[in-house]
Amino acid sequence: MIEVVNINKSFDGNDVLKDISAIFKKGNTNLIIGQSGSGKTVFLKSLVGLHEVDSGEILYDGRNFNRMSRKEKKLIRQEIGMLFQGSALFDSLTVEENVRFPLDMFTEMSLRDRRDRANFCLKRVNLENVNHLYPSEISGGMQKRVAIARAIALNPKYLFCDEPNSGLDPRTSIVIDELIQEITKEYNITTIINTHDMNSVLGIGEHIIFIYQGEKYWEGSNKEILKSTNKELNDFIFASKFFKKIKEDGGFV
Amino acid sequence: MRVLFHFGRYAIFLKRVFGKPQKHKIFLNQIIREMDALGLSSVGIVAIISFFMGAVITLQTAYNVEMPLIPRYTIGLAARDSILLEFSSTIVSLILAGKVGSHIASEIGTMRVTEQIDVLDIMGINSASFLVLPKVVALVVLNPFLVLMSMGIGIFGGWMAGSVTGEVPSAEFIYGIQYAFIPFYVTYSLIKAVVFAFLITTISGYWGYYTTGGSLEVGRSSTKAVVVSSVQILLFNLILTQLLLA
Repeated sequence: MIEVVNINKSFDGNDVLKDISAIFKKGNTNLIIGQSGSGKTVFLKSLVGLHEVDSGEILYDGRNFNRMSRKEKKLIRQEIGMLFQGSALFDSLTVEENVRFPLDMFTEMSLRDRRDRANFCLKRVNLENVNHLYPSEISGGMQKRVAIARAIALNPKYLFCDEPNSGLDPRTSIVIDELIQEITKEYNITTIINTHDMNSVLGIGEHIIFIYQGEKYWEGSNKEILKSTNKELNDFIFASKFFKKIKEDGGFV
Repeated sequence: MRVLFHFGRYAIFLKRVFGKPQKHKIFLNQIIREMDALGLSSVGIVAIISFFMGAVITLQTAYNVEMPLIPRYTIGLAARDSILLEFSSTIVSLILAGKVGSHIASEIGTMRVTEQIDVLDIMGINSASFLVLPKVVALVVLNPFLVLMSMGIGIFGGWMAGSVTGEVPSAEFIYGIQYAFIPFYVTYSLIKAVVFAFLITTISGYWGYYTTGGSLEVGRSSTKAVVVSSVQILLFNLILTQLLLA
């Protein structure tokens, strides 16, 4: 479980995150949604320590991340897996080497065991016979799956995904969403996903937080989101003509 | 103020670069890979430039030493000292600042803008040390060898040019390059090679590491890395010359 208590973050006097508190439960797919520029990525990067928050607390199963020593932070980082918007695979390494990378760096396993573990993770994300290929030689959807395989290589307790569907076609997006949800349940991970994809919201949003101009405006689940009366949230959800039309036709009621 | 800002950030960056490597075996493998990528791949360009540099120095000296009272072997002596003292270390390092510096800055800059460095940071790896330290060690070790090779090829180029054109007879050139030889000149040149290698890798690494934005900024960082490295090489050339030869 990750608990966020009253975190604030500003850049050059601009308040990007304003007093946000939330609880992200284990085994749940927690979604952070909001418009571009609302502060979602800053929020996610603050949770993993890429940005230092100005005030507030971030608790990983009760352990206060902000008060940890560098050594403690280093240890907790090995419990974190992260999937980036652009996959962020290492260009100079093959698919297998990318997945093996955290194992090479942090375990004393033999090369054979590390290769077995990498192959297991690749198989888990439904990728086979691509071990020797470089990231530039595989599709965007495959790159995302390799990034997921790398993120789960060390059996993380916490998984962070920054817009995992960006740049993917709707069908591949669903595959990636379902994969993340399956892995979350299977390994009982605390998963936090940043997205503005409404298909993801409705498909896997067990717990959703809506951020608007750096503030938490709404919290609920995919069962509740379409019935919300929050104006900003409705403006966000029904921005597309497709969703607007369905709402007008009473499809969601 | 910008200079002070960059100097301060560069100092902090250096502290991070010289952090303890995560795993020594991986670190050694990285050094070997970087030696190949940064040093060995530069052998060709260094050899070509050194050969022609030596040839031109010899011919220009020969054309300017027309007095019959000055013996022809002084052309070999002048070429040798020019190559040993200045050309092999400084010019080769300036060439490397362009070739290696832009390579380092663009590689690390691209890793920054594509969030690959964030991946390392999230894993708890000291990304500055992981990415830059192997390059520093690789070039600091290899640059003196490149400079030694440049000296040899430069003098050979001078001998070839003198002999082929008939400006400096072979025996006189060989006598000249042995005449009044001061071994410290080689040491001086190698010290410069080490310092310049350090400047090239750390300055280029710094500009790459702190790249923000996209591909345009990667290009800008690459250019800044080359310009700043080159200026620092010239500045430290002056300082080291004063310190070591005065």
